[in-house]
Amino acid sequence: MASNGIRDRVAIIGMGCTPFGEHWDQSVDDLLLSSSADALASAGLGIDDVDAFWVGTMGSGVSGLTLSRPLQLDYKPVTRIENYCATGSEAFRNACYAIASGAYDTAMAIGVEKLKDSGYSGLVTPNPTNDGSAIGIAAPAAFSYLAPAYANRYGLDAQELKDVITRIAWKNHKNGALNARAQFRKEVSCETIAAAPLVAGQLGVFDCSGVSDGSAAAIIVRAEDAHRYCPNPLYVKALSFVAGPASGPIDPDYDYTTFLEVVRSAEDAYRQAGVTNPRAQLAMAEVHDCFTPTELVLMEDLGFSERGLGWKDVLAGVFDLDGELPVNPDGGLKSFGHPIGASGLRMLFECWMQLRGEAGARQIPSVAAGKNLALTHNLGGRPGACVSFVAIVGSELG
Amino acid sequence: MSRGVLGYGVYVPYWRLDRSAIGAALGSGGGRGTRSVASYDEDSTSMAVEAGRAALGATPGVRPDQLWLSTTVPAYADKTNAVGVHAALRLDHSVLAADMAGSVRSGVAATLAGVRQGGPGATLVVTSDVRTGLPSSADERDGGDGAVAVLLGEGTPEAPVICELLGRASATTEFLDRWRTPGEPASRTWEDRFGEHAYVPLAEAAVTDALKAAGITIDEVDHLVVAGLHARAVGVVRARIGARKEALVDDFVSTIGNTGAAAPNLLLASALDRAAPAQTILQVVLADGADALVWRTTEALVAYRPTATVAELASSGRGGLPYTDFLTWRGFLDRDPPRRPDPERPMAPPGLRNESWKYAFVGNRCLACSAITLPPQRVCPKCRTVDRFEAIPMADRRATIVTYTIDRLAYSPSPPLVAAIIDFDGGGRFNVELTDCVAAEVAIGQRVEMTFRRLYTSPLGTVHNYFWKARPIRG
Repeated sequence: MASNGIRDRVAIIGMGCTPFGEHWDQSVDDLLLSSSADALASAGLGIDDVDAFWVGTMGSGVSGLTLSRPLQLDYKPVTRIENYCATGSEAFRNACYAIASGAYDTAMAIGVEKLKDSGYSGLVTPNPTNDGSAIGIAAPAAFSYLAPAYANRYGLDAQELKDVITRIAWKNHKNGALNARAQFRKEVSCETIAAAPLVAGQLGVFDCSGVSDGSAAAIIVRAEDAHRYCPNPLYVKALSFVAGPASGPIDPDYDYTTFLEVVRSAEDAYRQAGVTNPRAQLAMAEVHDCFTPTELVLMEDLGFSERGLGWKDVLAGVFDLDGELPVNPDGGLKSFGHPIGASGLRMLFECWMQLRGEAGARQIPSVAAGKNLALTHNLGGRPGACVSFVAIVGSELG
Repeated sequence: MSRGVLGYGVYVPYWRLDRSAIGAALGSGGGRGTRSVASYDEDSTSMAVEAGRAALGATPGVRPDQLWLSTTVPAYADKTNAVGVHAALRLDHSVLAADMAGSVRSGVAATLAGVRQGGPGATLVVTSDVRTGLPSSADERDGGDGAVAVLLGEGTPEAPVICELLGRASATTEFLDRWRTPGEPASRTWEDRFGEHAYVPLAEAAVTDALKAAGITIDEVDHLVVAGLHARAVGVVRARIGARKEALVDDFVSTIGNTGAAAPNLLLASALDRAAPAQTILQVVLADGADALVWRTTEALVAYRPTATVAELASSGRGGLPYTDFLTWRGFLDRDPPRRPDPERPMAPPGLRNESWKYAFVGNRCLACSAITLPPQRVCPKCRTVDRFEAIPMADRRATIVTYTIDRLAYSPSPPLVAAIIDFDGGGRFNVELTDCVAAEVAIGQRVEMTFRRLYTSPLGTVHNYFWKARPIRG
């Protein structure tokens, strides 16, 4: 048994990302055409230069025809991928392996989701046929289980916990305000966040990620070929993915203050990349802040904070844009928006911008000072029953 | 050996409507006292399960051979509702389960069928009812919701007869007092005084004949219960039948309300609660005629302990239910739903495959490491052993809240949906919906117990989705 990784064997040479938001005037096809064209232009390639495609979407299409039809691909291999909210990352991971294997020279990973056409509030996930005994709570409620459990375990009262999650929302909105592609481009005061109508448990409207439409894409080649296309590619240092046994909701040993899947995938990714102190070594991290308590718990699961102390680091500004380890500098799911299949690639898009010094007003200074690694974390499912993806990318080989 | 009552269990829902709330909202109607209200997730079938659990729990050693369910509001037509009760109570597959639905009198017939059948087997008779009427009506005000389960049989050393039937009589005449065609939301009644005119002589005739059959006089009746939906006629019969004043048993109309099909045996149960051995109970039911049953308690009654007495149930519960919630729960007030998909129809084949899980809340216990899993898994989540499990019923186990939430987004017939992760005493965890609770009062560490409910009725195909929820343990 081994997770050997493919450190420095593949590189990203181009990326594209649509603005995320309520695209009432754009279809799934429009979004796919937009992000794929941007990614190709960024790499200086034409569509015919791409040998194989991985398209990730949770519910905006089925089969490879989701991509081949709108792009009128010339009888190319297209794999449609679904892995809950980690779908975009899964498209990227599988495309990377195809390149690393030598099967293809150039691959595209592309993710898309069109959530706003449904007319529903929040995310709707289709269920397999069932006996009706599974509880019908929505995603905010499932993640809100984390809040009282965390507060109870670490001795925070309800107000202290609310202050912590409010600050996470405040930070991500502040970052998103600097991002032209973000769904919400406005700073929101802590008072407004804390006073917003409740959605589930302690979570108000501002504690939930944006429901949006969008698409993002990456062009991948072997590392040794990267400089033929791009002077400053990003190298893939680690790709880790786990699907947990989903035993949290049936195992009394699970306490709803952690994602064991994230802990495992982070350990694997750090080993692949040779990262021993993520808080010090990473220039930035894009994490799956689907709901604010998720980001809090992730700070501990990803090893950025000591167990039980993540909330103090949040309040101390450690993860702010100008903090020790900026987290979600692009605004995250919270502010950038969360079109499911696109989100994992959107996270990589921010790494692409930041590590190449192209992030403008939200550029992280530590990159210029020599930090050249960035992490993306993408999660799908619910606490105790989820899939987790961690990638580490870097701007230097070795 | 004569057949008789072996045990009984009563279920009264948690919620109470203060009758004054009706008048306050409508400017008319209402009155004094409270009435019990089946929650939005209860119906005649789910309450029958709760009553059945109470009866079987208080009467160990009795496994019925037959189950009769009687109600005026069957959850389904053309599908036997008693079969769902049978499944939830984990009765053997060899047990016959059938409905005797229609009117209050069907419940009397079910009881008589149980007590008079030939052969040694026990019969579980469950009467269950949800009573309401159009807003401001007397039916709405005076009704009550609840269910009663009575175990009838020959008796054994471990489950002896606590009350035997000495005699009975009926009087039947066709007259139009109360009626409802299928699908109508409320019953209609003829003028009050006409019903009194028709009922009182029928009751007098039935009582006279029953006492004669039992070989006793009215003076010898220690406990008189009179049930029926015609309140005026019931009152006249109670007053005029000639029983001693101290024999009159509280009718619980001012606290629980008139529980319709459940009322005759609810009042019989309350008489058994208070009766001494070798006492006589006269049970009179006015429902499209009159039926009179004369019962005599036995020495075994002394040792019998019901799960809860009717008086205890009447004084428990939670008042202050908003009248608007009551109207919503009974379908008279259609509120704006959330922008979420309608709940899915539960599928029939998985329901059959998972019958013991879905209906009886039976989990698995790993034979290798003893871990309990809900729902049953084929691979143990603790030790990964494959297919080495024993079934473990979890419905009667208590649990503690680990974490919880109030979901204001999810579909619920009565938002917000309250959910919790609960850990059971002795092992096992489940992500469960809470009921009979006030969201603001839920807390980590709170103790809960399981209750059988109708989660929702799917708009697609109109399928009732029955399953288990947890409720706070009280008292």
